[in-house]
Amino acid sequence: MHIHRYERLWMMFGIAMLIVFMGAILIAAFVDNLNPPSDTQAIDPTKVASTPPFDHPGLRQKPDGTYEVYYVAQVFSFTPQTITVPVGKKVDFYVTSPDVVHGFEVAETDVNMMVVPGWVNETSHTFKKPGTYLIVCNEYCGIGHQNMAARIEVK
Amino acid sequence: MAENLTMVRRENRLVIAHIYTATAAICLGAIAGVLQGFSRASAITLPTWFDYYRILTLHGVLMAIVFTTFFITGLSTFVTYRNIERNDRPLALGWLGWWMMLIGTAMAAVTIIKGDASVLYTFYAPLKASPFFYIGATILILGTWVVAFDLYANVFYWRKTRKGEKIPLPVFAAVTTFIMWQIATLGVVAEMYYLIPWSLGWTKGIDVGLSRMLFWYFGHPLVYFWIMGAYIIWYTIVPTRYNGNVFSDALTRLTFIMLLLLSTPVGIHHQFLEPGIAAGWKILHMVNTYGVAIPSFLTAFAIFASFELAMGKLGKKGFWQTATSLPWKDPVFAGAGYGMLLFILGGFGGLVNASYSMDMLVHNTIWIVGHFHVTVGGPVALTFLGCAYWMIPRLTGRTLWAPQLALWQVRMWFVGMLVMSLSMHYAGLLGAPRRTADVAYAGMSQSMSWEPYMLLAAVGGFLLFVSILMFATVALGTLLKNEKGENFKAEFAVAAPEAQESPAIFEHMFRWGAVALVLAFLAYVGPITDILHHPGYLAPGMRTW
Repeated sequence: MHIHRYERLWMMFGIAMLIVFMGAILIAAFVDNLNPPSDTQAIDPTKVASTPPFDHPGLRQKPDGTYEVYYVAQVFSFTPQTITVPVGKKVDFYVTSPDVVHGFEVAETDVNMMVVPGWVNETSHTFKKPGTYLIVCNEYCGIGHQNMAARIEVK
Repeated sequence: MAENLTMVRRENRLVIAHIYTATAAICLGAIAGVLQGFSRASAITLPTWFDYYRILTLHGVLMAIVFTTFFITGLSTFVTYRNIERNDRPLALGWLGWWMMLIGTAMAAVTIIKGDASVLYTFYAPLKASPFFYIGATILILGTWVVAFDLYANVFYWRKTRKGEKIPLPVFAAVTTFIMWQIATLGVVAEMYYLIPWSLGWTKGIDVGLSRMLFWYFGHPLVYFWIMGAYIIWYTIVPTRYNGNVFSDALTRLTFIMLLLLSTPVGIHHQFLEPGIAAGWKILHMVNTYGVAIPSFLTAFAIFASFELAMGKLGKKGFWQTATSLPWKDPVFAGAGYGMLLFILGGFGGLVNASYSMDMLVHNTIWIVGHFHVTVGGPVALTFLGCAYWMIPRLTGRTLWAPQLALWQVRMWFVGMLVMSLSMHYAGLLGAPRRTADVAYAGMSQSMSWEPYMLLAAVGGFLLFVSILMFATVALGTLLKNEKGENFKAEFAVAAPEAQESPAIFEHMFRWGAVALVLAFLAYVGPITDILHHPGYLAPGMRTW
């Protein structure tokens, strides 16, 4: 099959561009460990309230000085509602749902994950600027979905 | 000739049924859309008996599923019948398909309007709608399979009666689109196998992870079903508006085969941020997703080359002369042409969304909504609306009424879509979530920065709504005005006479379909096995609206 010379050049350009894009993403994933939340830990969605550590959701300081926080996302609120963390300390976020699918997004950061009943999801973030951050549910969960929010105070 | 015309009229009635059902769907969907825009911008308050999430579900289902599907079934039937001549063509399968699609749509739509299925068009379990919603959606999809079988039957007729002759390019494109669609819809039919008994109360719970993976196995190729519908028009109908040719018959077939192969094994890129799916599967699907950009690069080249060759024959040279000599005042061409411009935006936005790492910044923000409005709402819908202005006279034998109104309709859609979509993209980068009735969030400073863009998006949405009213006026006006004069003949673009034959290997679309099925299996066998090997906790159904 004959392929026009310009078309061949165009395709080479297109494929080269895709390879550069993918290369950048794969280097970020394998060298800088920049991966989206992909926790594969299962949890019985009907027993979230009695399954540790989600039976006591909230913020904890770890022995190394960093933080971890366990959230329960359920219609139409997050528990805990407000946490206070210091600037520059890594925070590990864990979240699950006892009812329907929710989203967990800290606006204007890369903290963004799906909350699926039956699974725990996790991500980490180090806040660099002080302020009040808004957590919103970004997956439709029912009639009160637009009210499902929480706050993080970074000091 | 008279006898022939009777035959044409008999077949046309079927296509008219599809195209005007699509028209009804886009009109209803536009009403829901404009209300949503103003409600989200806090300019109006919707009554509780017609709340935001109900009309959001209605808008999504009518636009993304009903309008697009009925248009593509109608277009593909038209393209196939007009290119494969056949006396006394059996139309039973075609009509059965249309009736099933209509009944399924009606069941789902009534359930949504009653408020028993405010689950949005993705119907993520464990949100539990009335069983009528799931059963209706299943009947709609099975109806499209019946339409597909009718197209295949016509291909077999061609092969039997025209031994050794190549299948006409438009038919090849349409049938390849439906083979892809059947492979893709296997996923949603499998999901319904779990959802229907569960919604009827026969099973206690649902494996949410599995249902979501089956949904997205279908959800992404759905996007390519729309795009292939637009490509059928770009390759084989649009060139007739500027006396152009198909740039290359072989490369067009290759493009459709690549779309058939690569549309399905990519769905997990919609699930990058999900628990329960290992990072490796996400990376695999990301690589495949970048692969499916290649046939779109091929298309971009082929379309521009076709423009340049045709304009070159008129003595036009260079980029500006070529671009400005195209028939931009023809609503059929303008629909496709402005659609292509929007697709440049949509295509590059898509590369961002497909990125395994950048998706974290935009996932489930209103950026995504902006993105699919410059893909399905841009190149696809605008090409279809333009194409309707070409098909309707050829289906009804009537002159298109008010072609100037048709042209301004297309222009208004383009401007409205740019205003709405760019506002949505920008608000998404500021973190505004999608699918919310309101973005106030008790006056937090971040959410305050989103409000102006919601208003701007509503203004764009209003322009789109007016544009749809104009479209409906032309479509109905052509029927009511009943101005005879146009003939029924539909011409399709062909490759230039000096072009080479396409290799025989491209002819076997059903065999390529088998290869596509194997690729889909390979892409999903791992992640689905992983899910099935987990405890598989079942979630009870819930009605949270």
